Parts: sequence; C-alpha cells; structure tokens
Amino acid sequence: MPTVNMNVNGEAVSGEVESRTLLVQFLRETLRLTGTHVGCDTSQCGACVVHVNGVSAKSCTMLAVQCEGADVTTIEGLADGDALHPMQEAFRDNHGLQCGFCTPGMIMSALDLANRNSAPSEQEVRDWLEGNICRCTGYHNIVKSIMAGARAMAAGQGG
Amino acid sequence: MHDFTYHAAGSVADAAAKVAGGEDAVLMAGGMTLLPTLKQRLAQPSDVVDLAAVAELRGIQVSGGAVTVGAMTVHDAVANSSEVAAAIPALADVAGHIGDPQVRNRGTIGGSIANNDPAADYPAALVGLGATVCTDRREIAADDFFTGMFETALDEGEIVTAVRFPAPETAAYVKFPNPASRYAIVGVFVARTAGGVRVAVTGAAGCVYRETAMEAALEGNFSAAALEGMTASADDLNEDIHASAEYRAHLVGVMARRAVAACG
Amino acid sequence: MPKDGIGASVKRKEDYRFITGQGAYTDDIDRPGQTYAVFVRSPHAHARIASVDTSAAAAMPGVVKILTGADYAADGLGGLPCGWQVTGKDGPMVEPPHPPLAADRVRHVGDQLAVVIANSAAEARDAAEAVAVEYEPLAAAASIDAALSPGAPQVHDEAPGNLCYDWELGDKADVDAAFAGAHHVTRVELVNNRLVPNAMEPRAAVAEYDRATREYTLYTTSQNPHVIRLLMGAFVLQLPEHRLRVVAPDVGGGFGSKIFHYAEEAILTWAAGKVARPIKWTAERAESFVTDAHGRDHVTVAELALDADGKFLGLKVDTRANMGAYLSTFAPCVPTYLYATLLAGQYTTPKIWCGVQAVFTHTVPVDAYRGAGRPEATFVVERIVETAAHEMGIDPAELRRRNFVPPDAFPYQTPVALVYDSGDYEGTLAAALADADYNGFAARRTEAEARGKLRGIGLSAYIEACGIAPSAVVGSLGARAGLYECGEVRVHPTGSVTFFTGTHSHGQGHETTFAQIIAERLGVDIDAVEVVHGDTSKIPFGMGTYGSRSLAVGGSALSRALDKVETKAKRIAAHLMEASEADIEFADGQFTVAGTDKSVGFGDVALTAYVPHNYPIEELEPGLDETAYYDPANFTFPAGCHVCEVEIDPDTGAVEIVNFAASDDFGNVINPMIVEGQVHGGIVQGVGQALLEGCVYGDDGQLATGSYMDYTMPRADDVPSFTVSTRTTPCPHNPLGAKGCGEAGAIAAPAAVMNAVHHALASRGVSRIDMPATPARVWQALNA
Repeated sequence: MPTVNMNVNGEAVSGEVESRTLLVQFLRETLRLTGTHVGCDTSQCGACVVHVNGVSAKSCTMLAVQCEGADVTTIEGLADGDALHPMQEAFRDNHGLQCGFCTPGMIMSALDLANRNSAPSEQEVRDWLEGNICRCTGYHNIVKSIMAGARAMAAGQGG
Repeated sequence: MHDFTYHAAGSVADAAAKVAGGEDAVLMAGGMTLLPTLKQRLAQPSDVVDLAAVAELRGIQVSGGAVTVGAMTVHDAVANSSEVAAAIPALADVAGHIGDPQVRNRGTIGGSIANNDPAADYPAALVGLGATVCTDRREIAADDFFTGMFETALDEGEIVTAVRFPAPETAAYVKFPNPASRYAIVGVFVARTAGGVRVAVTGAAGCVYRETAMEAALEGNFSAAALEGMTASADDLNEDIHASAEYRAHLVGVMARRAVAACG
Repeated sequence: MPKDGIGASVKRKEDYRFITGQGAYTDDIDRPGQTYAVFVRSPHAHARIASVDTSAAAAMPGVVKILTGADYAADGLGGLPCGWQVTGKDGPMVEPPHPPLAADRVRHVGDQLAVVIANSAAEARDAAEAVAVEYEPLAAAASIDAALSPGAPQVHDEAPGNLCYDWELGDKADVDAAFAGAHHVTRVELVNNRLVPNAMEPRAAVAEYDRATREYTLYTTSQNPHVIRLLMGAFVLQLPEHRLRVVAPDVGGGFGSKIFHYAEEAILTWAAGKVARPIKWTAERAESFVTDAHGRDHVTVAELALDADGKFLGLKVDTRANMGAYLSTFAPCVPTYLYATLLAGQYTTPKIWCGVQAVFTHTVPVDAYRGAGRPEATFVVERIVETAAHEMGIDPAELRRRNFVPPDAFPYQTPVALVYDSGDYEGTLAAALADADYNGFAARRTEAEARGKLRGIGLSAYIEACGIAPSAVVGSLGARAGLYECGEVRVHPTGSVTFFTGTHSHGQGHETTFAQIIAERLGVDIDAVEVVHGDTSKIPFGMGTYGSRSLAVGGSALSRALDKVETKAKRIAAHLMEASEADIEFADGQFTVAGTDKSVGFGDVALTAYVPHNYPIEELEPGLDETAYYDPANFTFPAGCHVCEVEIDPDTGAVEIVNFAASDDFGNVINPMIVEGQVHGGIVQGVGQALLEGCVYGDDGQLATGSYMDYTMPRADDVPSFTVSTRTTPCPHNPLGAKGCGEAGAIAAPAAVMNAVHHALASRGVSRIDMPATPARVWQALNA
C-alpha cells in the first residue's frame, strides 16, 4: 500500500493508504479529523471542502496520494487555541449555521473567497457558493456571515 | 471505487510511457470527472497516471495575437489571468463560469476537452474561437478534435499538452445552466474572427457543434437582430427531464442573440 | 430579567463545536473492533427474488457475515411497524407486511434484500457487488395514475387496486348543498410534487451488542431516539427497553426524514448480536435518494363556492396521495389528519368536504416531510383563494380579509374538527403586505414590462396545526403512540443545571433556547445550564422533534418541571429563612420573604437540597431534580402571511424571486434570531418545491432524479435575502404561550411563489403550471 506524507493543519503526518483512498477518507478515518464531512457522492454538496496548498478543494474528489507533500488545512486547523478565526466567529454571530453539517465546508469555501475578495457583495457570495449546499439556513444568514467574516478578516489584517 | 495503481508522472514522456505500460491505464488531469466516475464504479482502470506534477503542462502564454494555455492549467488560473482578460476576455469568462470554485481550482482545460462532456463549456470556446489542440504527437484543429459524445480525435495514449487560441475581434459566451448540475443545457460561444464569424453550441446536442446558418446570418450583419427568430433545428438535439429538444433548439437562438449582444 | 433570558437573540451555545469541526455525528463515531455494512438493494422497481447466492461474496477478503431476507425470516422477528392506523369509509386501512430485508419480492428500486458485513467499508462494498441475485422482473406501477388504472400491477396482494384506504372528512351532501347556492365556483387541479428531503447528513447507524450486559446500543441519525427504541424493540426485534439503548448524537438535519424507523436500524442491531462486533453503516447520497422516505406527492381537484361578495360558502377537495411501496412510520396520517383538518385555512368557510385515496406504488415510501400535510393543505387553500380572487376581480388581499376568522372569534371551531387557539390574521396580512410594498407592485410591473420581463406577486395566508396532541385525541384518530413530552431539570449542588429533554435538536438550537428559559426562570447564568438530548439511557422518555413541537410541547414540559423545582426550592428557602412558604417570593435567582429584607440565593438553596444539614427532612426529600410530562390540551396554530414577487424571463422561462416578505405569528418567541433562521430555511425549502425540486420516476419505476446532478437542490444563487418579522398572539393553553416555528416557511412559501408565477403568466394566457415551475415548464406553458 502507498504511504502518503503531507502537512495537515501545520503538522507533518503520514499514513498508509490505498491508491483509491480519498483525501476525505484519509482525514476522517486515518487522522480522525471528522470535522470534514461527506454529504454527497457527486462532488456537489461541498461539505468536504478543505484547503490544499492554500485554495479550496473538495476532499471527496481528490485522492490522498495526490496530496503527497501538500499543505492541507481543515476546519480543525482554523482556530488558534480557544481564539476562533474571524470567519468562524462571523458564522456564530450571524447564526450562519443550524445543524452544522455543511458548516465546515461552508467556512472553508468562504475563506477562499475572502482571501481573494475582502469585501464581497451579496451577489458575489451567492455566486461563490455554487459548490456548497445547505438545507437548513436558506443561505440568508450564511451570506451575511461570509460578508461579515470577510470584512473582519480584512480589518484584522489592516489593524 | 475499485482499487488501482497510482502513478505520478514527472514529464509528458513519462506519462506516455506509464499509460502505455498499464493494462488498462487512464490519465488523470484535475480528476474532476474521472474521480466521480470511479467513485460510482462506472470505470475500473488498472492504473491511474496523474499529470499534476508535470510542470511543462502548466501555464499561460500570450504572444503574437494568440493565447496558449497549458493542458494542466486550472480554470481558475485562466479566469483570473490579466493577460487572458486583455487578449480574449470571453475565454476568461468561460473559465470563470465552469462548475464551482472548487472545480475551477482543480479542473484543467486539458482534462475538460479530452473528456468532451456534451454539456461542458470549454469545447464551445475552442470551437468558437477556432483553437488548435496541441498534443505530444501533433496539432489538431478544434473543428476536428471533438468527434462525438465523450469522444475526441485523440489516439490511444495521446496526451494533450496545450490549447492555442487565436484572439478574435470580439467574442462572448452565454450559457443557460441545468438547474441541478449547473452544466450547460445550452451554451453558445459567438466570435467574430479574421476568418469569419463562428457560432459554437454546447449542451444542446451530443457534441459541440457550429450553427452554420447563424454564422452566415451574422457574417453580413453582426448583430442580435440578424438572428431574430432563428432557432436551431430540434432534430438530433438532446432531450431529458430538464429540457426537451424543442426547448433546447429555442434556447440556442436566445443564447446566441445574447452572446452577440454581449460582444458589444 | 437576565440578559440571556426569554426574548433575547442569544448566540447559540452549540455553535462552538460545529464551527470548529468538533460536532459528533453518527458517522464520526468509531467503536473498537468495528465492522462495516453495505446493503444489497434492488435495481428493479418490482421483481420476484428467484435466488440469492452469497457464496462468492462470502469468500471475498474481509467479509465477516452476509445476511439475507431468508435469514431474517428464519429468526421469526417482526416487520417494520406503522405508527398510525387510518380508518376509511370501508374500514381500517390495508397494512401490508414490511419486512426489513425482502425475501420474496422487492417493491421499489432500493428495496434491501441482504446485508454484507466486512472489516472495511470498501471490502463490504466489493463483496456486496458479488452477491448474485436472480430477479424475475415484474411490471411496475410507478405513479398514482398508473397504480389506480384498471389491471395495474399489484404492489401488495393484500391491497386490491393498490388502495390503502379511501377516507373522507365532512358531509359531502351538505357541502354540495352549499355549492347549489353559489354565485361563483372556482375549480383548480393541483399536483403537489414529490420531494426528496435531503438532509445534508446522510442517514447512518452504528450498532453494537455487549455480551456481558446483553445490552444492545444503536447510534442512529434520528429525530426521536425513544420512538426508535419503542418501535424497534417492541415491534421488530422483540428487545425490552432496558436492554436497548438508542443514541441520536449530533444529527445533520432531519426535516421529517429522520423520524421514521428504517430497516437499516433494525438490521444492524439484529446483525450486531450475530457478529458480536460493532457494525457501522453510512448511506451514500445515491442510497439516500432511494431509501429515505420521500415527501408530498398528492394529486388534487378542489372547488371553492363563493357568494357575490366573495364570501366562501363551501370547499370540496378530492385528493389522491402516494404512499409508496410500504407504509412508513407515520405515512397514513399525513394526507388525512394533518391535511384535511387544515382545509379551513384562516377562513370562516362554513362547509368543507375532503376525500382522500391513499395509493400504493412501486416507489420509495412517502411520509412526513417538513410541514407534512399542512403544506399540501395550504397549497390547496391558498391557490384556490388566489385563483378565485382573480376570477372574480377582487384584490386577493381583500378577498382574504372578507373571509378571515376575526380576532374576536377565538377559540374558533372549524368545520374540519380543529379548534383554533388564537390569531390575528389581518395583522400578519397587513404586516406582510407593508413589507412587500404591495401597493407599489403595479409600478414595478410596468417597469419590468419595459425590460421585457413578466412580473407577478402572490400571497399565502397559511395556518398550521403544531405541537400535535392531546394524546387522547390522536389516539382516537388512530395514533399508536402518545404525543406528550418529557423533561427533567436536574439542579446540581452548586446551582448549575442540566436539562434532559425528550425532544431532539438537529439544527433547531434547543441547547440555547431551553437554556434561555431556565436562565430566565431560575436566574442562573446561561453558561451554568447544559441541555442533554438524544440518548435513551440519559433521558427518562421522549417523543422527539417534528411537527414544530419542541418548544410548544417539550418547552412546556420544561416549564412544568421548573414549576416543580421552584415549588420545592421555595419550601427549602422558607425553612432556611424561617418564614412561611406562602410568603416566599422568587425573582432573579433570589428567594425573599415578602415585606422583609431577608433573602437567600438559588445556589444556596440548591446546596442545601444536597447537603441537608439544616433541612425540613421530615416533610421534604433531599435533592433538587424534577421531571415533568406534558400532554397539551390542544394543538397550537401558528399562522401568518408570506408574499412573494417574481420576475419571469419569457425568452427562457426562468423565474427569479425578486422579493419575499413574511409575517408570522408563532406565539411567544424565546430567541428571535433562531426563529428567523427557521423561517429562512423553511422558505427556501418551499421555494425549492415551487421552482426547483421534483422527484421524477420513469414509468418503469426507475428514479430519474437520483442525485444532485438531476434533483435540483436550492443553492445560494437561487434565492434572495428575505424580509421576515413576527407578530404575537400568545398560545392560550400552554405555559410558554408558544406555538412553534419550524415548518411555517415550507408550508407558506409554495403557494406564495406559485401564486406569483401564475400572476406573472396570466397576462400571457397561462392558467395552469405545476410545481416545480422550472424554466422548461414555464417556457412550454408560454408557448403551448
């Protein structure tokens, strides 16, 4: 079985996998990082979004072996100890989650947007979320959360 | 998915050798179609040869009025390239509306055209712009490259290395997405080029094709008005739970007019 | 009042674990020695199982056990039970057997007939493909029409003509008489499209058996773990409650689909005893599409009789409802007691008749989905009222006003069995119209026309019956369970509080809402309150969460338990302050003796209860831990008005929602932020039904919309932001005055959207378009 080495949330990890092992399976089953979820099998729901080398990717549509040497960030890697990431904070402040299942993928996707666009409009946020499905919130408060989170991130960098 | 042997290719030649060496080997570009297919156990390759580490296949070059996009260049890179935006803004626009952001972060032009999904966006851009597909063996005109549903002119083991787009005088792409999958129910790429007007249609039929009647109408009068009342022929168009052939035929006309209007 | 008490938009206590990836959903649970299950499922809608050969599969790597329908039958265990018996005109409904593993016949695509258990999920999947099943395919009846047509393939031998029941409510002759005097009759034909619930967390289960204690534990994605324990233990596997623990941990959305007792739960638990190792099963999304109970699927013809002034004289509704291939847990009551009883809507319609035929088909079972019966009723009432208004040339808002149950008429007895508790329908109508700028619509339509767009506005003045109860009433209507709720308030010695509730939170925010009530009542900090749900080993009992019942029923149980805590604490405080119990007052966490400056804090009383050195031990037990069961006196009746405005592109048929305003009366609100979130989510499920979602079966019973590639889930760019507000008439019969808010959006929105779509299309001569109003359908209608 192949061995794969990568950096996950800043830590070097390695593990034996099958070629067919998906990144999300490696994260959830080998590393027990269960914050990344699987909500579909057609690469559409986005519950599995993580960052690979700084940009968002669906971890259900990548093989673990493709991540050899990669930097992977999951939802578990965002908070600094007890200090939440501004995007996490924004989701809580704006009630951007209900059942919480899509939330890790939403937050990771939102971060990729905020990294490119520090002040996205409502329409830009809605367009960006094409690859993330939520069944609970009706998106209203997710959109608010992401706009607020992006602003907070920009303010934090500026200040 | 069924298990297979994974190979990371280091160069185009290495990839070609590894594909040739496998019993039933497949190439993987971004994996945006291949991996979902494998997950659903719709294919069972012996070997998967990953092109991700082949540096020579990545990158965008603009020179001499043409944009050359390396086969492993992801959609996001094309969408956000200021050089592409300056030379062929419609190409950046096509890339920026493929799939979702995560697909655009990993999906590649080479993978998209080699797969030739009948509802994919890039084939319309290639045909609409009269692009040239470069492989490790030869160059193929876009008009000859897309041969049928999920079929191309590529030979066994032939690897797409780049796509060269001549800059048009003006061009635009407008699509009407499938509400569920967000692939194109109908997408029309219209370009006015030195060699004439080209109208390429994706999503409507089994393979991207050119609406020659619309091209002729636009040749003398490049305006939406020139296409007034025109539709595609519904014969041989796709029919599914989302759209009838008749509706698709109508949408070809609507999207074509909108694309012409967007050309400005 | 504490800052985090009733009425405050407190940030949710549960969010921290979800936004940091620490939620614990069923698939996140790994047990030592765990195996993995994959089910073998029918690819046919209807077939006889000629043979099942597991020998090749059993020899595959990692396979632990393979069990078939024949194995299950050999153990002499039960079938999946139906929890509600409807009695029709001709007697009790037909209730065919529902084996959890099919042995002889499969009746829908996805029907399970064997389970493969292996050391890894991939090995189980590989082996499941190697189970050789020989099917003899049979003709299928995949729709209501097909199933009711003469000579249709029979789903069950027990149900001739595929009829489950033929039921009616009201006196048809009486209603016909009302129609005889009508000035105008409006008739509509409606399809309430079949939906797939699609909670984002696929169903999953982990079962294990402890040989030492002979106890079974099932972790499952459930909205009501006690109900699963009752149904699975008593009816299916014949396991007594004390040896069966059911845990529903964090659950990623339910919307009804996780109420029901599913075959996989029973089979995993049964198999865990056989393999003596834990077994995990997690549905793939494709599997969810063919096994999660679907929702809606009605075909209806309705007629409304009006007098010359637009007063409603009578309503006749004839509905056929699809049950699918088997009766799911609560399926029979959805198109009857949760549907026909709501057909009065917000109106004084004096005569109503409703007939319902429930039909078996070779499709996935259909059961309650967010709203369950009430969205279907609202769609009938609000589509026909709006249609009547346009036909008679009366403004739709005005026609509603002329027929509203007036605010002074409560309690109001409808002709369809319910007694409405309270309401102010003109109030919510007025608020929604104001927020929607109803009066400015004509100008906006003119402006849209100039851009080549068709603009329409539609109303939906809905009512729902929530907090379903009382138990005695539902029992008389065929429910095989009580519908009370249980809560235990455990005050700890240092004054912190754990609340154990029989409801279950899978997105609703109970950990916050219930904590707010406790903080308010006991004067403790909200961070000193923990809410526990979802574990039958911790919670005394419970009926779970559905029907917008958690606050109205579960919150009332909490309120009653808090009453008991307060009563006992007052007696302890009276003893400590050497005062008469009658003189003790309690506010903001302090017990005081009226008219004096004597006081003692709640924390001191709690400590005294557990360290009873100075204590009235002769009269009072130590401890401060109280349980209450609350069985409501009536349903609650949330109501309101939603207004939708759409713009249609006639060239493509695309419908865009350009504005949506909602005014809802949920009774007293504990946390406005959470309530608004529930409304937003419900509206988008309603918009999804109206414009995007529709489950399509081919005539052969194959599901054409079996993934997100073909089943359109609402996405962020399909909807706008919404304007939502609440107006309150408190529920008069429960201690919190709460009515419930979880389903309103899904109930109200479809009619509002479709009324707007029809309004927009009317100028082009289109009179009927069915849900979902996809671009293709709209274009087809415009070009018919």
